Amino acid sequence: MKSSVIIFPGSNCDRDMDVALKKFGFKNQMVWHNDSNIPKSDLIVLPGGFSYGDYLRCGSIAGKSKIIKSVIDFANSGGLVLGICNGFQILTETGLLPGILQQNKYLNFICKNVFVKIKNKENKYFKKIKKEVLELHIAHNEGNYFCSNDELKSIEDNGQIAVTYCDHKGNEDEKNNPNGALKNIAGIFNKDKNILGMMPHPERMIDPFLSGEDGSLFFSNLIESL
Amino acid sequence: MVEVNEKIAIEHGLKSDEYKKICDLLKRTPNITELGVFSAMWNEHCSYKSSRKHLKKLHTKGEQVIQGPGENAGVVDIDDDDAIVFKIESHNHPSFIEPYQGAATGVGGIMRDVFTMGARPIANLNSIHFGSPNHEKTRNLLRGVVKGIGGYGNCIGVPTIAGQTCFDESYNGNILVNAMTLGLVNKNKIFYSKAAGINKPVIYVGSKTGRDGIHGASMASAIFDDKIEEKKPTVQVGDPFTEKLLLEACLELMAGKSIISIQDMGAAGLTSSSIEMASKGDLGIEIDLTKVPCREENMTPYEIMLSESQERMLIVLEEGKENEAKKIFDKWNLDFAVIGKTTDSKNIELFFKNEKVAKIPIDFLAENAPMYDRKWIKAKLPKENKFSKDRFKSLKLGDCLKKILIDPNIADKEWIWNQYDHTVMGDTIQKPGGNAGVVRVHGTNKAVAASIDSSATYCHAHPLTGGKQVVCESWRNMISVGAKPIAITNCLNFGNPEKEKNMGEFVECVEGIAEASKYLNYPVVSGNVSFYNETKDKGIKPTPSIGGVGLLSDYKKMMTMELKNEGNYLFVVGKTEGHLDQSIFARNILSEFNGPPPEINLFNEKQNGMTILNLKNKNLIETCHDVSLGGILTAISKMSIKSGKGIKLFPFESLVNKFEYFFGEDQGRYIIEIKPENLENVKNMLKKDSIHFDKLGLVESDEITYGNDLKIPIEQIKLDYKKWLKEYMVN
Repeated sequence: MKSSVIIFPGSNCDRDMDVALKKFGFKNQMVWHNDSNIPKSDLIVLPGGFSYGDYLRCGSIAGKSKIIKSVIDFANSGGLVLGICNGFQILTETGLLPGILQQNKYLNFICKNVFVKIKNKENKYFKKIKKEVLELHIAHNEGNYFCSNDELKSIEDNGQIAVTYCDHKGNEDEKNNPNGALKNIAGIFNKDKNILGMMPHPERMIDPFLSGEDGSLFFSNLIESL
Repeated sequence: MVEVNEKIAIEHGLKSDEYKKICDLLKRTPNITELGVFSAMWNEHCSYKSSRKHLKKLHTKGEQVIQGPGENAGVVDIDDDDAIVFKIESHNHPSFIEPYQGAATGVGGIMRDVFTMGARPIANLNSIHFGSPNHEKTRNLLRGVVKGIGGYGNCIGVPTIAGQTCFDESYNGNILVNAMTLGLVNKNKIFYSKAAGINKPVIYVGSKTGRDGIHGASMASAIFDDKIEEKKPTVQVGDPFTEKLLLEACLELMAGKSIISIQDMGAAGLTSSSIEMASKGDLGIEIDLTKVPCREENMTPYEIMLSESQERMLIVLEEGKENEAKKIFDKWNLDFAVIGKTTDSKNIELFFKNEKVAKIPIDFLAENAPMYDRKWIKAKLPKENKFSKDRFKSLKLGDCLKKILIDPNIADKEWIWNQYDHTVMGDTIQKPGGNAGVVRVHGTNKAVAASIDSSATYCHAHPLTGGKQVVCESWRNMISVGAKPIAITNCLNFGNPEKEKNMGEFVECVEGIAEASKYLNYPVVSGNVSFYNETKDKGIKPTPSIGGVGLLSDYKKMMTMELKNEGNYLFVVGKTEGHLDQSIFARNILSEFNGPPPEINLFNEKQNGMTILNLKNKNLIETCHDVSLGGILTAISKMSIKSGKGIKLFPFESLVNKFEYFFGEDQGRYIIEIKPENLENVKNMLKKDSIHFDKLGLVESDEITYGNDLKIPIEQIKLDYKKWLKEYMVN
């Protein structure tokens, strides 16, 4: 399986993602933002970081970058596109995913482990994961998901909510919402479920000496499902 | 052009006799640009004129030292082809004036010092000191500093893995922000600042030069008064995004063979970077200031030379490599300009619009910079307090513990480190909140531990002992995670060196650091001095911060402080004599602020530490935590809180009373957890090495109990420990 990680100036989780993808069997390549073509891939990843400094608005300049047209074409033809953290922000800026990511409710950057509940397993990203609740890691300043009522109804009706913040038992209450996200949303799909954007970083949870190991479940499922 | 005279020189922070010396050396009056260059090079921050004499006493050599003080950062060998580049630096004055930008650019500056040497930064740490929590400025300063540190480090994508936060009213008018960075480099590919060869192109890369930070280094060498707000324009503004690009571009260029020397433009900007490179290479340098990329219009040579705009580097390249290098900087969208060349004149010569605007022999700026042997007074060891039985009569262990756990200097700091990305790069195996932060050396079995410590209370009570103590505490933090201590970096924050008492504090702290680091073979490889931390005649307590680095050859053998299993035993290694003077207990419970700090016994310190490492290497201990502020009971409470496991304390055998035993701050002690089956082995090893130990207790239930004297649920002390800072920041 081939994957491509796009590097924007200011990306800083590109290497971590490369390490994780390779660990679980992907043949990964790095693609520079100023290139116009993406090599043949089964998966494209937009990594975390601060693309173009996140000046203006998080992900907005990356959403207009040279490489992004190829990403959009690939996604529209059904290719798998995964955006983590800043990558999620970029996907909402391009319009590939609905809604926006606002500044965290308590106005601080948050770096910590969180639990998320898998809301939909009818897709390649979560299909074979046996657990219902995963322990992942977040590190962001703008992860407060928001969309209009109409959009919310539409994403709910279409099963587009991918993961929500919860406690270790799966209770999705306000207490376990780290950033004020609407309906505790931590990640969403597009209608066809080939595009996933999420704030938590599975690539930081891939061995027992790190913050945890549930990220391994995510990547091993991904390579098996493809 | 401004006419230079003594009055103007004094406005530049120079003393009358220093100005006279400049005129004598030049055999003429300097012009304003030249005066600016002199004032930048001769201020305390750049010239170390008050400290140099004493810094020579530091122990700086060792088997693993590749580069000691004098370069952008120190370098130590961590086996194979790997080396760690690290340094600590202060950004105190700017952070008090503008906390966000001051702290952010502090982090940016220290990271540049590290990647200038060819290393990729792999961990950040910080030590921050604020005034009393009741002081009107403290809350906002803390919020701004934390946001600034996070804002910069998070964006670059380097994890902040450890730190310390202290409060004391002596910092009301002068907060301390000390930032430390560790970088990883191949030991055969280290870059230095020494220029070599003549007619080599001098290249400017990075951000454009603006008017920000002009005279920042002189400001950092001055005491504050009521007009401090007017100094805001001297604070630099940080752009972490540009720094991230600069980091990647420099490392890309460094992968080739075109760089002769490289130096970041930190304090005193283009002035100190160009002069240092030429001075180390025993060369001259010629710069055409017209070619320097400027952000603002009509900048004068004076402003260009003294700007402290961030995210800039100066490089001496091999001839003919300009295009190759330019391509890399173009790719990263950074300015690249050939602004001059090296010469054999041994002068710095500056040109602007085809006119020569300055010519100064480099010697005058570097070697001939003033050096002072300032007067200082030796501190006396304060008399010990004799606490009568009455003073303990109405006290209860549980109440005292609670009071200590909510002390701002003990209370949990999670509110702070949750705002720092501590997991990016995917190698953080011990997060903030433990004995030390630990990151793996990417792709190997090795890991590097790092911590940062200071003990201003002890240093204030007796500087010599305090200086030794900080080094020992750092050493213990390394041991506690199972790392072999390798080397340290020191950030020496003091008051006004022109006052004999402050100077004495400096001299004796340095001597203490030197003595301990030599005995423990824990050399100082880099550092920084920050004097004049004084506002309206009130100076800070002497605060040397020590950044320690240690090596784990197998990261899987790392230790943590969480209790592991019920039924395991706890020992205190090291002798408990119940020293209460200068302890948190003495200050908070007995309201006693005088007396000597706990004594340091370097022999025991070394023995105890080495024995702990031996025990760990033989897999005989499960957990380790050093005993520091707040004594044994505070230490074990933290171990319990982290793991949710309780402890049954055994009756202790000692002549001291229970408060002295449980809250005394005797040094050189560790708490270790031992499986029952290893108990005899551990005892035998400790006895064989003649190490004093007490059987402290048993891991059990979810309470801490001591006979009928103490019974306290972990959940309750956890609430106490976690609440202070969160509540403070919300209110």
